[in-house]
Amino acid sequence: MSDYRIQGETGEWEVVIGLEVHAQVTSHSKLFSGASTTFGAEPNAQVSLIDAAMPGMLPVPNAECIRQAVRTGMAIEAQINKFSRFDRKNYFYADLPQGYQISQLYHPIVGEGSLVIEADEKAGIPQPKTIGIERIHVEQDAGKLMHDQHPTMSYVDLNRCGVALMEIVSMPHMTSPAEAGAYVRKLRSILRYVGSCDGNMEEGSMRADVNVSVRKVGAAELGTRTETKNVNSVRFVMAVIEQEARRQVDLIEEGGTVVQETRLYDPDKNETRSMRSKEDAHDYRYFPDPDLLPLELDDAFLEECRASLPELPDAKRARYTGELGLTDYNAAQLTAEVETFARFETLLAATASQLDKSGADVATQVANWTLSVAPGVLKSLGDEAQMEFNTAAANAAILKLVDAGTVSGGQAKEIYEIVLRTGREPDEIAETEGLKQQSDTGAIEAEIDKVLEANPDKVAEYRGGKDKLFGFFVGQTMKAMQGKANPQVINELLKAKLG
Amino acid sequence: MTDLTELGVAAIRDGVAKGDFTAREVAEAFNANVAAASALNAFIVTTPEKALEAAGAVDADRAAGKALGSMAGVPIGMKDLFATQGVQTTAASHILGGFVPPYESTVSSNLWAAGAGMLGKLNLDQFAMGSSNETSYFGNVISPWRSRDSNAELAPGGSSGGSSTAVSARLAPAATGTDTGGSIRQPAAFTGITGVKPTYGRCSRWGVVAFASSLDQAGPMARDIRDCAIMLGAMAGFDPKDSTSLDMPVPDWEAALNADLKGKKVGIPREYRMDGMDAEIEASWEQGKAWLRDAGAEIVDISLPHTKYALPAYYIIAPAEASSNLARYDGVRYGLRDLPEGAGLQDMYAATRAAGFGDEVKRRVLIGTYVLSAGFYDAYYTQAQKVRTLIARDFAEAFEQCDVILAPTTPSAAFPLGDKSDDPLSMYLNDVFAVPASLAGLPALSVPAGLTQSGLPLGLQIIGKAFDEQGVMNAGLAIEQRANFSAKPDRWWA
Repeated sequence: MSDYRIQGETGEWEVVIGLEVHAQVTSHSKLFSGASTTFGAEPNAQVSLIDAAMPGMLPVPNAECIRQAVRTGMAIEAQINKFSRFDRKNYFYADLPQGYQISQLYHPIVGEGSLVIEADEKAGIPQPKTIGIERIHVEQDAGKLMHDQHPTMSYVDLNRCGVALMEIVSMPHMTSPAEAGAYVRKLRSILRYVGSCDGNMEEGSMRADVNVSVRKVGAAELGTRTETKNVNSVRFVMAVIEQEARRQVDLIEEGGTVVQETRLYDPDKNETRSMRSKEDAHDYRYFPDPDLLPLELDDAFLEECRASLPELPDAKRARYTGELGLTDYNAAQLTAEVETFARFETLLAATASQLDKSGADVATQVANWTLSVAPGVLKSLGDEAQMEFNTAAANAAILKLVDAGTVSGGQAKEIYEIVLRTGREPDEIAETEGLKQQSDTGAIEAEIDKVLEANPDKVAEYRGGKDKLFGFFVGQTMKAMQGKANPQVINELLKAKLG
Repeated sequence: MTDLTELGVAAIRDGVAKGDFTAREVAEAFNANVAAASALNAFIVTTPEKALEAAGAVDADRAAGKALGSMAGVPIGMKDLFATQGVQTTAASHILGGFVPPYESTVSSNLWAAGAGMLGKLNLDQFAMGSSNETSYFGNVISPWRSRDSNAELAPGGSSGGSSTAVSARLAPAATGTDTGGSIRQPAAFTGITGVKPTYGRCSRWGVVAFASSLDQAGPMARDIRDCAIMLGAMAGFDPKDSTSLDMPVPDWEAALNADLKGKKVGIPREYRMDGMDAEIEASWEQGKAWLRDAGAEIVDISLPHTKYALPAYYIIAPAEASSNLARYDGVRYGLRDLPEGAGLQDMYAATRAAGFGDEVKRRVLIGTYVLSAGFYDAYYTQAQKVRTLIARDFAEAFEQCDVILAPTTPSAAFPLGDKSDDPLSMYLNDVFAVPASLAGLPALSVPAGLTQSGLPLGLQIIGKAFDEQGVMNAGLAIEQRANFSAKPDRWWA
C-alpha cells in the first residue's frame, strides 16, 4: 500500500486505480483484413472491403495478431487460454462500419497474469510491487471522425478501423498516481521487448482507460469508480488520477455521490468531464461472432510463441547486476528501453571481442560509455553527428584504446567526435591527430625530473609531510606532457621518485 | 428443333459440348422467356447481355477445342443476395437500392468460372427473411402454379421465390438459392423443382449478403437431382476468405449418383408427425417411404425428441444474428441515406433504417435486439443455443440408426399470396420441417413427389449426415425416379 493520501475536510482518503490499456498490435495487416496498418497514410487509403463492412464481407483472423497477443500473455506470465472466442459488441457509430466491434468478452485469449513495478523511494514506492492483470483480449480498433474538415459535416477516416488492439486489463491494485505511471511504463517496456506493440503513445499505439475510486483510509469497501477514456500519455494518466481523486473526495465531502460514468480528460484545462453516465450507457448486446470459429491453439503454436520470446526486462536487469556486475542504477537505465539495451549489448559484444575479454570484464566500461560518455558527445555535436559512422566497431575500437591506456578519457571523446564527423578509423585518428597519451616511462621520467628540479621547495615540503602536493606534481608533469601522458604511469613514477 | 428452355443443366451442358446447339442459342431462348415473364416478377434485374457474353465465350472455347467447364453454356438465375460485380445487388431491400458491388461473391465466381452465364438477379424475400416472397421491396414474385380450384395468385415460397419460379416457369434451367431455415427447400417444394441445401460450410458465404451467419448456406435449385449435383459441384469448395468454410475436397457428386439404396436405412422421425397434419402431406410421406423401400432401403422409426423446440430456437438465433448483421446498413457508406433537414447522426440512422427496411426485417431486427439485451440474453439466446446443441445431438444419435431421414418438406402445398402475410407465426410454421436440419448444419434437399388434389406440387425432404450430400442426393434420386414428376405450370403469364 502506498502512502498516497488525499487530504479532505473529513479526514484522509486513499485512491484505488485500475487501468485498461489498449495497445495496438504490431502487425503488417489488420486483425481481420489484409489492409495495411502503417501510420500516417492519406485518409481512407488503407481500407479493405471488410473494414468498410460492405455487404457479404467476412472477417478472417490474422494469425500474426493472435501470436502477438499470446506472446504478450506469456511475457506477463499469464494463463494462455487454448480455447478463446470472438464476440460482437454492438453499437452504432459512424467510425464503426459493421455496427459492431469484434472483441472477446466471454472467452479472452489471455487470462490472469501480473507484472512487477520497481521500487522508487522518491515516487513513494518503497518496495517493488506486483500488479495483477486480469486478462488480455484482442479486438478491433475503430476508425476516426474528423470534425474540422467541413462547416456542418463530419468526415470519416477508416484507416485505423479494424487494426488489432490488445486490451490489457489490470486489477485495481494501484494506489497512487506514481504506481499507475510505473505500471504503464513497465507494461510499455514489456510490450516493446516482446515486439507486440511499438508503445508509441503520441501516435495512439497505446492509450489507457483509467478507472478511479476513492475511499476513506482503512475502509474495506471500494468506492464507486469512474472511467476516464483514451488517456494517451503516462503524464496524463497520473494527472487524471490526481484530478479525479480530488474531484471525487470534494464531491463526497460536499454531500454528493460519485456516479459510475465515463469521463474524458481535457489536458489543456487539466480536468476530467462527464461523457456519459451509466443510465445512458450502451447495451452492447455481446454475443459470439457467428462469422468466426473459436480460436483453438495447439501446443506446437504455443511452444513456438514461447521460444520466440526475448529476454524480458526483469530477467535482463537481474543478469546485468548479477552476471555483469553493473550497478542497480546502470542496469535500470540500460534495460528501460529496447534501443538502449540493444546498443549496449551490441557494443558489449564488440568490445569484449576486440579486447579478448569477457563481457563481465568490460561491462562497466561499456555501460558508462553507453549511458554517459557517448550521449554527451552526441548531444554536443547535434546534427553534425553522422549516425552511419556510429558503429559498434568504431565505439569498441575507442574503448580498446582507453582500456590499453593508449588514450585518455578526454582523448576518447575527441576521437569519438572525429569519428562521428568523418567516419575515420579511431586508431588512425589517435595516431594522426596526436590523440594518444604517453606511457613511455623514459619520456615521462625525463619530464618528472625537470619538474622536481624546478620545484625543490615543494619537493621538500612534500617530503616533510604535505601529501596534498602530490597532485601539484602530477599536474605539472601532465602540463609538460601537453596532457598526453598516461596519468597512471605518472602516478607510479612520481611515487617512486618522491620516495 | 426442340425447345431449348425445356432442357436442364446436364442436357444443355452435353448438347453444347456435342454441338447439338450453341450456348448462344440456349442463352437467347432463356433470355426470351425471361423477357416474356415480367408478370411473374421473378427478376429484380435482367442481364441478357451477361448471359450472351458467357455463352459467346463458351462457344468460342468449344470452337478453339478448349476444355469446357461443368456448367459450360448453362445460363442461370442468380438470387439477388449474391454480390455480382458491376450488377446491382439489393437483397430485395430498399436500403440497398442502387447498390452496385465492386466485387463478385465466391459462389457466383465459381459458377462463372465453370462456364455458366447470368440471366439476371432473382427476386427474394427482403434479406432472405420470409417464406412467401411477399417481403421483397420490389414486389412479390407470383408462382407460375395455379390451383385447379381457383385463380388465386400463389406464393412461390421463400425466401428463394424468384429462383423457384424462374426454374419452374422455364425462365432458367437452374438458379442459385440460399437456405437459412428452409429458403431453398420450401420454395422448391412449392414449385415442383429440386433444391439442395448442402452441409453448412460447403459453399462460401463470402459476398453473400448475410442474414444469419451460422445458418446461411447457398445451394442449387434446378429441375432434378442430377442438375443439382452438377451445379453444387461448381458452387462448392473451400474458401480461405470465409472462416467457416469447409476445408474438404469437393466430391464428384454427379459421377457417384446411384439410386440403388440396398443396405441403406431411412429414418422416419416420429416427432415430425404432427397433430392435425394435412392428409395429403401424410399420404405423400407414406408414398415416399414406399418408394425408398422399393429402391432397396430399409425404413426405420427414429426419434428426434427436441424437434418441437427447433422453430422457437431458430426464431431467436436467426433474428439475433440478423439484428447484428444488418447494423451495417446505416446510410453512412452505401445504399440508401435519409438525412432529414438538420438531422444528426442518430437521426440519420433512424430515418435511413426506417425508410430502408421492410416490416418483416424490422420485426426480426427488433426480436434479435431484444433477445440479446442485457437481462434477456441468458433466457433467450443462451437457451436457444443449448436447444441447438440438443437438436444436433438428436440427429447424431438418429444417424447411428439410419443413413438418411425422410420427412415432408412443408406442412402444406403453396398457399395464396396474402393468406399468411398478416400472421407471422403461421408464416413461420411453414419452416417447421426445414429448420431442424438448418440448426444442425446438415445437408438436406427437397425433391418433387407429386401433386395435390388441386394440382399443386408437393415435395419430400431428405436430410443426411454432415458432409454426406451424396447419400442425400442418392435417396432423392430414388424418389425422383419413382415419382416421375413431369407436371409443369401452364404458361398463363405470356
